[in-house]
Amino acid sequence: MSSESLRIVWIYPDLLSTYGDRGNALILARRARQRGMPVEVLEVRSDERLPATADIYLVGGGEDGPQALGAQRLLADGGLHRAVAQGSVVFGVCAGYQLLGTSFFAKGVQCRGLELLDLRSDRGESRAVGELAGEIDPRLGLPPLTGFENHGGRTHLGPEVSPLARVTAGVGNDGATEGAWRGKLLGTYSHGPALARNPALADLLLRWATGAHQLPPLDDTWSDRLRNERRSAVAAARA
Amino acid sequence: MPLRAKVASSVSRTAAALSRAAGRGDGSVIGGWIGLKIDPDLLAHLSAGRAIALVSGTNGKTTTTRLTSAAVGVLGRVATNSFGANMPSGHTSALAKAGSTPYAVLEVDEHYLAQVLEATEPHVVALLNLSRDQLDRAKEVAMMAQLWRAALVRHTDVRVVANADDPLVVWAATPPGDPARGINPPHVTWFSAGQRWHDDSWVCPECGSTIQRSGEQWWCTGCPLRRPEPHWVVEDEGVLDPTGAWHKVSLQLPGKVNLGNAATALAVAAEFGVRPVDAVSRLGIVTSVAGRYAQVDKDGRNIRLLLAKNPASWLEAFDMADDAPTLLSINARDPDGLDTSWLYDVDFAPLRGRQVLITGDRAYDLAVRLDVNDVPFQHVRTFDDALRSVPPGRLEVIANYTAFQDIRAELDRVI
Repeated sequence: MSSESLRIVWIYPDLLSTYGDRGNALILARRARQRGMPVEVLEVRSDERLPATADIYLVGGGEDGPQALGAQRLLADGGLHRAVAQGSVVFGVCAGYQLLGTSFFAKGVQCRGLELLDLRSDRGESRAVGELAGEIDPRLGLPPLTGFENHGGRTHLGPEVSPLARVTAGVGNDGATEGAWRGKLLGTYSHGPALARNPALADLLLRWATGAHQLPPLDDTWSDRLRNERRSAVAAARA
Repeated sequence: MPLRAKVASSVSRTAAALSRAAGRGDGSVIGGWIGLKIDPDLLAHLSAGRAIALVSGTNGKTTTTRLTSAAVGVLGRVATNSFGANMPSGHTSALAKAGSTPYAVLEVDEHYLAQVLEATEPHVVALLNLSRDQLDRAKEVAMMAQLWRAALVRHTDVRVVANADDPLVVWAATPPGDPARGINPPHVTWFSAGQRWHDDSWVCPECGSTIQRSGEQWWCTGCPLRRPEPHWVVEDEGVLDPTGAWHKVSLQLPGKVNLGNAATALAVAAEFGVRPVDAVSRLGIVTSVAGRYAQVDKDGRNIRLLLAKNPASWLEAFDMADDAPTLLSINARDPDGLDTSWLYDVDFAPLRGRQVLITGDRAYDLAVRLDVNDVPFQHVRTFDDALRSVPPGRLEVIANYTAFQDIRAELDRVI
């Protein structure tokens, strides 16, 4: 960690907070505090400078216009690139995942991404809307991914990133893989929000940020019930 | 009315009556649907000769429509779609059922506003608010504002009554005119009803710059878009009209949001020539609207039903609810929207210190949300379990759309 407390930056809630993205910040902060870590959550609006010294950066979902604007402002600001160079963790969801790549489409126009992840996104033939599930890359040691997706993009991964998961329900990147990760950067199409549905993923980000190999377990009774219920719903929809 | 329209209108009424008799629904949609199949222009035919007001927006449509009907009722009979059937089939059904009336006040789903403007050629359109709602199938909010704006450009003769506190609504209501072609911008009467929800309007819809807020004022930092001076304003327990006269409003509906809806209703009625002093007492006769705000006594509990469909309306519901045991019920069926992520756009902290029960198809999503929000709760499987779990007295029930209908069904479809 960079200072006394774990610093979490929620990037541009004025632009990129369409799908309950605040939830990811709330859950990360809570799970850190429950382990006794002091936490600071900074909400940085798009007319403010992005601090380059935080531990975890969250980029959420948004409509086409705000996504393009968000990418432009992040490129102009440069803070996120500096933070990544210093080893900070970045977690992007949906539009926030796409803009971490080299390019994406918004309002029919190809836009330049931040080039932090080796991937590019274009438009699919149809919108992907519904439950999303997958088996996560075994190297990350996490239980299956569960979430809700709602996007018109298809994402193509380059050789420098690994898929976050192999899709078992829904579309994700392209119907076969979902999300991507490299180093301490990770992106996904999952809402729910993603960290509410996947508390183990929240703990992975906390471990990356703190360097801890293990974190004390928490009471996840309600998340476990939610995960089981969603898994049954996906299975029932398929039957 | 052309013969085809007459036949369609008559068949439409019959189908609605059959639907009600068969217990299949309240007949507010099916009749209109069949009528429109026989005569696609039926809605236009049924609208001809009536002075019509349309009411649209994300939240408060049904209640504002009811209040507006009551206010316009000062002048004569009013046709209205009072069961929230707010698409063209519902409008057709409502007008056919009402027979000939001089006035109509119609609630319109925000996605259908352009189409219904075209068909009904209204005298007034009221634009309440735009916020995120069922994003898995609804249009994204900024796109909705764009559609409204484009529709109003084609109907610059309609009088607009719009919410000065919502930047998206203000932008939608003020398309530029085209003086060279003799097209003037629409005439707008602004009302201020306060707005608790700001998270969909931080970015200017005109230029993409940041919108600043200070108190009730808001302005774009990059272009001239700013809050217009409202003509109708909620003040204390009443409404200030454009002449500066204050009218006490005694509603049976709870919350500041309903005072705002009352101000809107008075502003719309004024466009028909209704004086607020004549209309204001009629607003107090509205008790509940399609079950919303209804109170039912059962097993010693006084149950009050509050509908909350999206983040903005949850904030309003917390404002209305008494400090009493509260049951929250969440579903995510088609009419509700399938994505429950919005639960994190709502701060449930106002419920701390109350006995909170949760139920519904998606109670576990709510459980995780409340846990993160430090709001203790108890999960119950059924509505009866909830009733047994609270002491005699008031039980506030806050539920989203189908969860609300489920509970309403338990209470014999209370209206």
